[in-house]
Amino acid sequence: MTLLGNLALWLALLVGIWGALAGFVGGLKDRPDLARSARHAVFAMCAALLVAVVSLEWALFQHDFNVEYVAAYTSRNLPVFYTWSALYAGQKGSLLFWATVLSVFGSLALVLTPRHHRALLPHVAGVVSLVAAFFISVMLFGQANPFQRLPYTPLDGNGLNPQLQNPGMVFHPPMLYLGYISITIPFAFAIAALLSKRLDTDWLVAIRKWTLLSWLFLSIGICLGMWWAYVELGWGGYWAWDPVENASLLPWLTMTAFLHSVMIQEKRGMLKKWNLALIIGSWLLSIFGTFITRSGVISSVHSFTQSSVGYFFLAFLIVMGTASFALYANRLPLLSAEAQLESMVSREASFLFNNLLFIGIAFSVLWGTLFPILSELVQGTKVTVGPPFFNQVNIPLGLALLALTGIGPLIAWRRASVPNLQRQFAVPGTVGLFTALILLVAGMRDFYALMAIGLGGFVVGTVVQEFARGARARHRQYGEGYALALGRLIARNRRRYGGYIVHTGIVILFVAFAGMAFKTETEASLRPGESASIRSPYGWTYRLTHLGISQYDALNRQVTAATLEVSRDGKRLGVLTTEKRQHVDALGRPTFQPSTEVGIRSDLREDLYVVLGGVVNGTEQAVFRFTINPLVWWVWYGGMIVALGGLIVMWPGGSPAAKRSQAGYAVRLVGEP
Amino acid sequence: MRADRRTGGRADCDRRAFFTAVAGALFLSARPPVRPTAQGPDSLPGTGPAGRLWDPARAGRPLEPVNAADNDAAIQAIEKQLHCTCGCNLDVYTCRTTDFTCTVSPAMHQHVVGLAERGMTGQQIIDQFVREHGVAILMAPPKRGFNLAGYFVPSVLIVAAGLVLTLVLRRWARTAAPDRVSAGPVAPAGTSEELERLRGELDRLSV
Repeated sequence: MTLLGNLALWLALLVGIWGALAGFVGGLKDRPDLARSARHAVFAMCAALLVAVVSLEWALFQHDFNVEYVAAYTSRNLPVFYTWSALYAGQKGSLLFWATVLSVFGSLALVLTPRHHRALLPHVAGVVSLVAAFFISVMLFGQANPFQRLPYTPLDGNGLNPQLQNPGMVFHPPMLYLGYISITIPFAFAIAALLSKRLDTDWLVAIRKWTLLSWLFLSIGICLGMWWAYVELGWGGYWAWDPVENASLLPWLTMTAFLHSVMIQEKRGMLKKWNLALIIGSWLLSIFGTFITRSGVISSVHSFTQSSVGYFFLAFLIVMGTASFALYANRLPLLSAEAQLESMVSREASFLFNNLLFIGIAFSVLWGTLFPILSELVQGTKVTVGPPFFNQVNIPLGLALLALTGIGPLIAWRRASVPNLQRQFAVPGTVGLFTALILLVAGMRDFYALMAIGLGGFVVGTVVQEFARGARARHRQYGEGYALALGRLIARNRRRYGGYIVHTGIVILFVAFAGMAFKTETEASLRPGESASIRSPYGWTYRLTHLGISQYDALNRQVTAATLEVSRDGKRLGVLTTEKRQHVDALGRPTFQPSTEVGIRSDLREDLYVVLGGVVNGTEQAVFRFTINPLVWWVWYGGMIVALGGLIVMWPGGSPAAKRSQAGYAVRLVGEP
Repeated sequence: MRADRRTGGRADCDRRAFFTAVAGALFLSARPPVRPTAQGPDSLPGTGPAGRLWDPARAGRPLEPVNAADNDAAIQAIEKQLHCTCGCNLDVYTCRTTDFTCTVSPAMHQHVVGLAERGMTGQQIIDQFVREHGVAILMAPPKRGFNLAGYFVPSVLIVAAGLVLTLVLRRWARTAAPDRVSAGPVAPAGTSEELERLRGELDRLSV
């Protein structure tokens, strides 16, 4: 099967190169035969890459340890679930996964895009083929071929890194990959629009679902990554401003900026240049993220092993960035706005400031990520840029963005009058002020937490007011009950009200982040029967009694489990177990360093997070770290609400009026020319 | 009543016994599931000497008992500013309380404790680490020289971009205003009720 896989890779490369040539020439020369051939090339490349994936999965499930990739990432006793996910656990397999998913998305884009956009499709096929061919060539020429064989056959493989043996890790990388990869489709349409000089709003309509899909995958992928880091890594947090985490955040920020600014182009025909630049920039950042994780240029716990693959990506990034922006610069005269901004106090202006903050945060994250390299270049000294730096720079920007999340929907399109502003801001402003005041009176003194929750109250006030006004209007106009009116309001204006649901999710996330300001932790070494206490920021005290340690063998690991009885203010809550796991191969040989399995007791208010550090002198006396993390569940709920809002926005259908307004329908007021 | 069983056998069972049995079975199956974690207090072991583990090597590197310095808030605050050099990207405190296989962060912790016991202040301890390892030992670069660019370039650029954006928007708004005036006075072609309804419709349609 590896021979088949190799052949499939070579075939996919050749077909990809042909698809790129045929697509670009067919599009530029208006040759339908070449355009058709490029389309078929994408389908053929997709089929060849799927054969390669099946071949690799076959080798993984057959435990063909003569294949270097199979020996490096699996073992005979690895659970089936993780044997499957080993496909993208290593550098080589993940490159194959990238190329395959891209070809699947490319094929779907070519099949699903309505016929009236067909002038763009040859170029889209060309870009998809070019990018996929690059990934395949990295595998074949960059010493990253997943089908490479060893000169001998080991009895068993190394197994999968224990930290990757977690359900979160099965879903988090594919979600992030899907987010990264699907940005290529909007990018391909943007390049197609530039090449074909069809720079009206039409190409934006063609990519609407793809941009949302990409944003949704990135959002879910980032949240799942946070969850995995929290439950698996054991450091008691979910975001550490690691370069690889930052690399996933960058395209999310620029895509979110795009999802806001594209509304201005659709409604007013403005910001054409900006929107194109955002799409190109987002795609380049997705490649930059891939470069960061694979080059080893910046140290990260999440990155793949250092390899020459990084240089391929750097070269690709530079070539594609230069080519894209040169084309963009050449087409700038064709990108003039169809309307002008009429007032500083308008929703258009607030969206522009919102974009400024999104791009500003993206820049500051990129700046902080690259600053160690810059510092070494300029002053010859490498510095560490960790969470204190990122928090100091980004928290104020994040709070400003949260404020704009509430302000934007309250300001009318085109021009807002003073009475209108007073009417709009009265309730949300009061809610925000009261929230902050109540917390202040309750004794909260952390400035950023106070601001985050106060501004959160303001945004929730805005969202509730918008829903209430919309439902009331429907109730008056159509005589619908309030529940029905609310349901139909969302169903008929999915983009607008789905967006408000996303805003609510973002507020919940900010409140949850603020909760971490009140994190408390302590260490203790306990003999069986001994107890330790930790005080919660809510005022109560947890008492943890060490019940004892048990050791047993599981499928592919030897487990040392410590059990603790938990009580809160004298009331027994149950028991918690935290483990040390020594993973072994099928021959019983240790494969990795012992890993930690965290014990977590969650409720809506806080998490009690227990880590078994180890044992003292081989006895049952164990060293524990106890942490209380307030509001962590809100992070997961916030993430779910963001995803729900995104799904509502993406859901097909909606009212004809809403569709018209999304498709470039410019509102004209009475008396206007 | 006799109930014939499918196996062909016969069971002596009257109606009351049958319904009692069914109700009993339902009652038993409808009981809330016993949570595996709900152990009784009698499961608590004694507080005698800790027994030896069957295979201590499985529990990772042997550790020392926690002492007061490990939980000292001042020591933790210092360690949270120091970068562990094991390659984990974490601060010393987080690394030593997370990756218990790491031998670097416990050694750095002992060094911090030793310096504190010699009467050094937090800043002096940090300065000592910088002398020994260079500024890369700090979790955030010190605010001096070129590092100031690290802290302030993003904020300065955002403020500058905000000012430019404000000026550009004001200019656009000014140029748009005469155009609107030259288009002639807007005559509201409707009653106030109709205009209010129009506003409501526009609000409803706007995204």
